[in-house]
Amino acid sequence: MFKILEKRMLNPTIGKLVVEAPRIAASALPGQFLIVRPDEKGERIPLTISDSDPAKGTVTVVIQLIGASSHHMVEDFGEGDSFADVVGPLGNPSDFVHASPEELKGRSYVFIGGGLGTAPVYPQAKWLHDHGVPVDVIVGARMESLLIYTEELASACDNLYLCTDDGSRGFKGVGTAQLEELVASGKKYTHAVAIGPMIMMKFSTLTCQKLGIPIQVSMNTLMVDGTGMCGACRVSVGGKTKFACVDGPEFDGALIDWDEAMRRSRQYKPEEAAAMENYGK
Amino acid sequence: MPVREQDPKVRAHNFEEVSYGYNKEEAMLEASRCLHCKNPRCVTGCPVSIQIPEFIAHVVEGDIDGAAGVIARDSSLPAVCGRVCPQETQCEGQCILGVKGEPVAIGKLERFVADNKTTVSEAVSTSPEADAPRTKVAVIGSGPAGLACAADLAKWGYDVTIFEALHKAGGVLAYGIPEFRLPKEKVLQKEIDEVTSLGVKIETDVIIGRTVTIESLMDNEGFKAVFVGTGAGLPRFMGIPGENLNGVFSANEFLTRNNLMQAFRPDYATPIHVGRKVCVVGGGNVAMDAARTALRLGSEVTIVYRRTENELPARKEEVHHAKEEGIEFRMLTNPVEIEGDENGWVKAMKCIRMELGEPDASGRRSPVPVEGSEFDVECDTVIMALGTSPNPLIAKTTPGLETTRRGGLVATEEGATTRPGIFAGGDAVTGAATVILAMGAGRKAAKAIDDYLKNN
Repeated sequence: MFKILEKRMLNPTIGKLVVEAPRIAASALPGQFLIVRPDEKGERIPLTISDSDPAKGTVTVVIQLIGASSHHMVEDFGEGDSFADVVGPLGNPSDFVHASPEELKGRSYVFIGGGLGTAPVYPQAKWLHDHGVPVDVIVGARMESLLIYTEELASACDNLYLCTDDGSRGFKGVGTAQLEELVASGKKYTHAVAIGPMIMMKFSTLTCQKLGIPIQVSMNTLMVDGTGMCGACRVSVGGKTKFACVDGPEFDGALIDWDEAMRRSRQYKPEEAAAMENYGK
Repeated sequence: MPVREQDPKVRAHNFEEVSYGYNKEEAMLEASRCLHCKNPRCVTGCPVSIQIPEFIAHVVEGDIDGAAGVIARDSSLPAVCGRVCPQETQCEGQCILGVKGEPVAIGKLERFVADNKTTVSEAVSTSPEADAPRTKVAVIGSGPAGLACAADLAKWGYDVTIFEALHKAGGVLAYGIPEFRLPKEKVLQKEIDEVTSLGVKIETDVIIGRTVTIESLMDNEGFKAVFVGTGAGLPRFMGIPGENLNGVFSANEFLTRNNLMQAFRPDYATPIHVGRKVCVVGGGNVAMDAARTALRLGSEVTIVYRRTENELPARKEEVHHAKEEGIEFRMLTNPVEIEGDENGWVKAMKCIRMELGEPDASGRRSPVPVEGSEFDVECDTVIMALGTSPNPLIAKTTPGLETTRRGGLVATEEGATTRPGIFAGGDAVTGAATVILAMGAGRKAAKAIDDYLKNN
């Protein structure tokens, strides 16, 4: 059993959980994810790791209240309760983790985090920041009250740019518009990373292609086992079928077939809607 | 002695076990047919050499626990093997009675014994040395190979921990084989419990190579030897256009959702999508399992296979059961493209007719397409059951472990890999094969591990 040590709502629809999982905490690297099965009858739910503390033996995940399972995990479990299963770390760490100091020299990163995807930007930005690589982070949300992880991120990068659709905080507009403005004003980035909803990653990719910045994206596909066994997470990357769980989750955004990826992620919509309908009944 | 089965019309709508198994009377009657040959060919036909006539002799007497004791010397999963072994090509295939009539129903007798014994198997006296020290051994994977290996090592006094990547033990027995062939709680869990009652610990949710590496188990956690029984879990796809349309699933995904995640039970959260018309591509046991699962979930199901019925790799019994339940078989048919509707969902599968050509290297006549014979099969779900291959994760994360071109770990007949102290067996070495072969390989490796640990 995996005990929940801390639970906090970051905004009305996103909860943050710190869970005891010593083996995962000891081996997790930026870019990896884990799978939670809340209880015996629960689904296996993939979540990107937002932080890990090997000394305390804990991992942090953030969960957005979307369907029945996410509501269940956040609303029906509290501090002191335990999840039946937490397994990971899954997937490959971000490429830069294996880069030599020489390779890292001369790189400068810009991260674009959207919605829930903002949290997993943190361990990546922090890793690079700690290794002396220049990092800027752009975080977008519809309005100020929905922005998350701003304090953590502020300490893990050189410049944090907040954007809101309604201008209630920071730049008025989406993250990609902020990025274009930064580049226009003379900022130079050798690498970009986008984490967030697929539609946001697609547009980040288009913007980065226009700006000539190579971009990695973290594919949050459907998944069952997360170990390469089921193939639910198939993604077309450069015309080849890849499994997000074992070949990813990060891929070159320019090579992704976005329309297919978004279509595939809607595969269980009717079943998910029905489950939400029944949730709490 | 025919075994009683659920009516096909009824069982097509439920997940209860198809076969009821023998009662004691039936079992004793069937057992009395055994001729007790001087050179029992059935034993040579059994990959783990169960002393078949000896256990049958106990059944004749009605001594079920005695029979169980005989089987336990060679098999740690009799209730499983009695159900899923291809007996027709193994023990029963060798039975002398089968030359002119029906062979002794050895598999059904084995199942009867395993289901009805009252004793729990314990340390038996096949131990090379009963007082082996409590040395720690790690077993990776809790499928048939791992369970068999762990059971033997525990009986010999080793301190054994099984690491399982999923949340439930059993490997393919848990995620792959459906409830109607292998009941999970009643049969599988009971046999796993017997293994843990020998002192074997099972740690679920640990993916070796990710959560912790083999090297770390050996260097930091004190394991002196490791057995890798990670199976062959990676699904194959055909590489034809349309394979990533919505509604195309690997058999692994479909079966995992249904079996491991229990999607067929309304109170379990995992969804499963099953269309009105399902096409299953492939002819093995997994194809039969997927087809019969889809049928039970309410679909019309067609199995598409590129050779003829004679070449179907599935067990005869499974094919027979599938037909009884109303599954359509389209032989000499191969998909060339999956066609989608405007929303990206499957609407049909374009197939080509095949004919059997010259025998290939395996001796089987290889199917060749008949030019210009393409036709559409209407369907809204396609399930690919084309076989599986070993997961590369362990080999990738363990320096010195070599693999074959087909992805299996290189290992000797006894299970020694290219790295000292690390052993392997089952599908992880051979590629997808049978439960009993995996179990046999696990037991051979247990012996090799015991020898290795005594000499090091």
